Amino acid sequence: MSETSKIEIRALRKSFGSNEVLKNINLDVAKGGVVALIGPSGSGKSTLLRCINLLVVPDGGSVRVGDISFAFGDGTKLPDVKSLAKFRATTGMVFQHFNLFPHMTTLQNVMEGPVTVRRMAKADAEKLARAQLAKVGLAEKADQYPATLSGGQKQRVAIARALAMEPDVMLFDEATSALDPELVGEVLNVIQQLASEGMTMVIVTHEIAFAREVADRLIFMRDGVVVEEGPARQVIDNPGEAATRAFLSHFHRTGALPPANATS
Amino acid sequence: MYQWDFGILWSYRWLFLNGLGVTVGFTVVIVLLGLVFGLFGAFGSLSRFQPVRLVALAFIEAFRCTPILVQLIWFYYALPILAGVEMTPITASALALSLYGGSFYSEIIRGGIVSIDKGQSEAGAALGMTPGQSMRRIVLPQAIKRMIPALMNQSIIQFKNTSLVSVLAVPDLVYQSQVAAHDSYRPLETYTAVAVAYAAILIPLTIIVRRGEKHLAVSE
Repeated sequence: MSETSKIEIRALRKSFGSNEVLKNINLDVAKGGVVALIGPSGSGKSTLLRCINLLVVPDGGSVRVGDISFAFGDGTKLPDVKSLAKFRATTGMVFQHFNLFPHMTTLQNVMEGPVTVRRMAKADAEKLARAQLAKVGLAEKADQYPATLSGGQKQRVAIARALAMEPDVMLFDEATSALDPELVGEVLNVIQQLASEGMTMVIVTHEIAFAREVADRLIFMRDGVVVEEGPARQVIDNPGEAATRAFLSHFHRTGALPPANATS
Repeated sequence: MYQWDFGILWSYRWLFLNGLGVTVGFTVVIVLLGLVFGLFGAFGSLSRFQPVRLVALAFIEAFRCTPILVQLIWFYYALPILAGVEMTPITASALALSLYGGSFYSEIIRGGIVSIDKGQSEAGAALGMTPGQSMRRIVLPQAIKRMIPALMNQSIIQFKNTSLVSVLAVPDLVYQSQVAAHDSYRPLETYTAVAVAYAAILIPLTIIVRRGEKHLAVSE
């Protein structure tokens, strides 16, 4: 698997103070694969996601995305800021609270990565940014500021901003958890579209029905360890572990995705 | 009953204007220099390197927690003996006031930077920005907006603090009015006029600051 995998995580450890949040995690994501990370809060799934683009620096183990890999732990040097930045430019991340730049218009938000990080000419970056905004159905919101958008629209702009870096991998950190229920569908639709285009993705989510539809693999975490892992449908429909069963019993596991008004 | 006679001050008008010019010019210099010290203090206190942080914090606390009058006198009389350099009263007081103002500016700038949600710099980092790029492009533009009213307030205080340089015989508005008061035997009129002069400059400035604060409250 390591031959073809896009993301490879080995023996990953992370503690915050005396609290060990990740204990010896291994994870492979195939090129074009979609992995859903589920689990109760405090299980370490968001920390694991943030270790993939090194927003959180692990204490031990190794992280590889594409051709770039980093090892952590005793005797290894922490990567310098330049190589970290270069590494992160190849992965896109979408946050629970959007984290749009409030002092920039929607268009400027999406152009920011290409202009500042990729040193793209403004005109080219604008063309790219408009295309990405159109892709998430928000072309006509280009000149508005984030404060004037709904939560769902903000999150779609955040996705466009990440896509404008033309990343190989997209990471979603509870992208729909802060949204009103009626706005969840429009964001999930965009993610589903990305999946169908073959984007490699890791998705931390509480939308079990969505994970079942979109993810090909599912990982259930609890207390910093992977409890169960397998094909998404199989794990959701027939969980092998008691802990997975107990967690999944809180959710509707099947059914249609929430209705989307992607053009709103 | 005291007989007020402000007319007598007219013959000292050039002295007052001269003093006012020195006061305003001095304020401009110590505000600009103070902002430079403030930037160093703020970024120093936010540094990843502990020694840098400690130096910055020592600077900030040393100047925030001692009286400016003591600093002025110390810079003029004590520092030359310790460092072996002669300083004119103007240099000594400019340095003392800039460092004093800088220690307060440091805290304002630092506070503005840390008030920006951590998610903003994380979003910058996730796009592949270096910490410097995300500071310049993402954090500072938002933080500066929040700092401006407090920086203006501190600068107004700095304007008033320049009145202390008269103890080192720097010919500012207060020093020149002392000369005028002694010469005319009219200290009541003289110091009243000086108070009015300070207020006439500062009241419009405070109104501008207050407007700025309101504008800020609306835009957030």
